[in-house]
Amino acid sequence: MTEITHYSQVWAHRTPRKRLFMWLGWLALVALFVWCWQVMTENTIWAFVADAPRQAADIGGRMMPPRLSYLPELMVPLWDTINIATLGTLGGVIMAVPVAFMAARNTTPSQHILRPIALFIIVASRSINSLIWALLLVAIIGPGILAGIVAIALRSIGFVGKLLYEAIEETDARQIEAVQATGASPAQVVSYGIVPQVMPAFWGISVFRWDINIRESTILGLVGAGGIGLKLQASLNVLAWPQVTMILILILGTVVLSEWVSARVRHAII
Amino acid sequence: MLHLKGLGKTYKTGDVALSDVTLEVPKGQIMGLIGPSGAGKSTLIRCINRLVEPTAGAVMLGDVDLASLGKRELRRQRRRIGMIFQEYALVERLTVMENVLSGRLGYVPFWRSFLRRYPPQDIQNAYRLLDRVGLMEHADKRADALSGGQRQRVGIARALAQEPELLLVDEPTASLDPKTSRQIMRLLTEICAERGLPAIVNIHDVPLAQQFMQRIVGLRAGRVVFDGPPEDLTEAALTEIYGAEDWHAMRAGDAEQAEAEAEARARMEALA
Amino acid sequence: MPSRPKPRLRRAPGWRRSPDGRALPHHLETAAADRDRPALAARPAGGIYLVLAIGTLEVDWARVAAGLERGQRFVMGFLSPDFASRWTDIRQGLIESLTMTLTSTVVGVLISVPIGIGAARNLAPRAVYYLCRGIIAVSRALQEIIIAIFLVAMFGFGPFAGFLTLSFATIGFIAKLLADDIEEIEEAQAEAIRATGASWGQLVNYAIQPQVMPRLIGLSLYRLDINFRESAVIGIVGAGGIGATLNTAIDRYEYDSAGAILLIIIGIVMVAEYGSSYLRKFLQ
Repeated sequence: MTEITHYSQVWAHRTPRKRLFMWLGWLALVALFVWCWQVMTENTIWAFVADAPRQAADIGGRMMPPRLSYLPELMVPLWDTINIATLGTLGGVIMAVPVAFMAARNTTPSQHILRPIALFIIVASRSINSLIWALLLVAIIGPGILAGIVAIALRSIGFVGKLLYEAIEETDARQIEAVQATGASPAQVVSYGIVPQVMPAFWGISVFRWDINIRESTILGLVGAGGIGLKLQASLNVLAWPQVTMILILILGTVVLSEWVSARVRHAII
Repeated sequence: MLHLKGLGKTYKTGDVALSDVTLEVPKGQIMGLIGPSGAGKSTLIRCINRLVEPTAGAVMLGDVDLASLGKRELRRQRRRIGMIFQEYALVERLTVMENVLSGRLGYVPFWRSFLRRYPPQDIQNAYRLLDRVGLMEHADKRADALSGGQRQRVGIARALAQEPELLLVDEPTASLDPKTSRQIMRLLTEICAERGLPAIVNIHDVPLAQQFMQRIVGLRAGRVVFDGPPEDLTEAALTEIYGAEDWHAMRAGDAEQAEAEAEARARMEALA
Repeated sequence: MPSRPKPRLRRAPGWRRSPDGRALPHHLETAAADRDRPALAARPAGGIYLVLAIGTLEVDWARVAAGLERGQRFVMGFLSPDFASRWTDIRQGLIESLTMTLTSTVVGVLISVPIGIGAARNLAPRAVYYLCRGIIAVSRALQEIIIAIFLVAMFGFGPFAGFLTLSFATIGFIAKLLADDIEEIEEAQAEAIRATGASWGQLVNYAIQPQVMPRLIGLSLYRLDINFRESAVIGIVGAGGIGATLNTAIDRYEYDSAGAILLIIIGIVMVAEYGSSYLRKFLQ
C-alpha cells in the first residue's frame, strides 16, 4: 500500500458540471410547471372551486341510498358490456397478431415498408382512446353495440400488438437457430421456433387487455356505443343520482370480478 | 464488553431458534461461531443488534441492555455495533464511497446524509479506510461494478466507518472462493487486532475458523454446546456440534477440496 | 409479464411431431403441452359463450351499410386533413390538453410518492398501509371519465377539473406500482442500513430510493403519455382539452378537421414515445 499520509477531506457526490445540469433541469421543470399552471387556470372561476366541497356534499347526499330497484334493468346492459369487451378483445387480438409479426424486427417480411406501416398502425391505435374510437364509430355506423365492439377491437390492436412484437423480438435466438438448422421453411420456423416461445406471453397479454377492456366498455355507452354506459348517460341526463350510484356499484363489482379472473388465469398460465 | 445473559428466541409458530445462550466476549477477542445450518447462528448475531427481536434474556453492551431499549435509543446504540453481511448487502446502485459513508448515517442528521455533505473528518476517515482495505482507486465506482471480494471489503470499510466497539460478522466468506476467503479473514483479524475490536464471526468453514479465531463457540439447535480455544476442537467436540453424519460429510467434502487443490498445484508446477 | 414456460415433466400429446415426423425437442414439447392447457380447458366453454353472445347481438345492419359510406368520407377526411379552418379551436384545445398533462403528472407523481411509501408493507405501519392501499384502490377502480363527470359537477367546466381528474387517476397508477416495487426490494440492503443506526428517513434515502428510482422515472414518463391520451378524452364531458374540439368536429360532420385533430394526437404521442426513451437513457 502506498504511504498516503494525507487523506482528502473533500469529496463531491457529483461533479460540478453534473450538479449544474441537474439544477438547470429542475429549474426548467419548475418554470414549465408554473407557466402551464398559469395558462391552464386562466379562465378558472375560483368561486366555483371554493364552492366545490358544498357541491360535493350536495351530490353525495342525493346519491345515497343507491336505488336497488334499478338493478334488474341493468342486467341486459351489463351482458352487453361484457360482450363488447370480450368480442372486442377477440377481434382486436386476431387483428393484432399479423401486425405484431410485421412489426417485429426478426419476423418482418420487409424492413423498410411493412415494418414502419405496422409500427404506425400500432401507435395510431394506441394514441386514440377507445372512447374516441367509439365516438367516431357511432358517428359512422350508428349507435349500438357494434360500434362498441369495433372501438374496443381497434384500441386493442395497438396494446396487444406492441407487447406482442416486443415479446417476439425477445425470443431466444438459439431456439430459433435450432429449428432453422433442421432445414425448416420460414413458416415452419415461425410456428415451431417463435410461436411456442411467445404463446404464454400472448395469452397473458390478451387476458390482461380483456380486463382493461371490461373497464373501458362500461363507459362507452356515454357516447352511445352500447352497454351499461347508456344507462349511465340516461341517468345523468335526468339527474337520477341514486340510479347513478347503483350503476357505479355494479361497475365496481364487475371490475373487481374481472380483475380477479384475469389474475387467476394469468397465474395459471405462468 | 458484550455480555449475553440467557438470550432466547422463540417464534410465534413455536419454533425455538435460541435457548438460554449466555456468553461473554471481552475486548479484543475474535470469537468464531460454528454449527450446522439451522442451529441459530444467524439468529444469535441478529438478536444482538435486534435486527431480530429476542424473546428472552439481556444483551449487555458495556452497561447498556440493548434488549430493553426503545426505538430511538436502540438506533443510537446500533452505531456502536458494526455488521458485515454474507452477501455483502451493499447498496448496489450507490458508489463505493457512498456505501462507506453510509456507515456514518447514525451520526449525521438527515439533511447532511440526503445532500451527501458529510463532515470533512468523516470523509477523511472514509478515504483512510478505503486505503486500508485496498480499494482507493475504486472509490467512485458503483458498488455493483466490483467483484465479490472487493464488495466484501467495502462492507468491512462501511462497518468500520461507524467506529464501532463490536463487530458482528455473518458468514463473511460464504459467497467467496477459497483464496479470497482467506484474504478476507486475514484482513478482518488484522483490523480487529489493530483496533482491539471484539468480533463475533459466524462461520461455516471449520478449518478457516480454526485457523483465524481465538475462541470458538459451537451452537447446536439453539444451545451452546462448545466454548473454548480452537485447539480444543477435537473430533469428539465436532461430532457433538454437527452430529456424526454431517461432520463426516463435511470432512469428506473438505478432503476432496484439498485433494483437488493439490492436484491443480501439481499440474501448474508440471507446466512451469 | 410471463416470459418463458416453466418446464413440466409431461409427455406431450402423441400428435405433436416436428416437420419430419420425429418427436419435438424437449423444450418445444413442454411448450406445446403448456400451450394446449388453457386452450383445451376453455374450448367448450368458449364455444357456448360465443354462440350466446353473437346470438344476443342486436345490430342494425341497414344502418351499418348506410354508415359505411360515411365511413369512407371519414377516411377521405383523415387522408386530407384540414388544419386551417378550425385552427383557433384546435389550438385552444391542444394548449389545454398539454398544460393539463404536465401539471397533473407533476402533481400526481408528487402526491403518489408519499402514498406509495405508505402503501408498502415493509415500510409503513398497519393503519397507514391500509389507508394508502384504500386510496389507491379507489383511484384505480373508477374510470377517468367517471371521475371527470363528478369533478366537473363540483368544480365547473374547464381544464381545472381535468387537471384534478388526471392527478387523482395518476395516484392509482404510480402509487400502486411504486408500492409494489418497494415491497420487492432486496431486503439485505435495507437490513444493512438499519444496522448502522440510520433513521427511517435515511433508510428510505439510502436503501429504498436507489433501488426504486429508475423504475419510478420510467413510470412517470409513461404516465405523462397516458395522461396526454386521457386529456384528449375527458373534454367530452367538459373537463377541458382537445376532446371537446374533436367531439364538436364529429358532430358537425367536419371529418377533415376531425382527421387533423387525430393526426395531431397521434403525432404528439409518437414524439413523446421517442423523447421519453431518449430521456430515460440520458437519466440513467
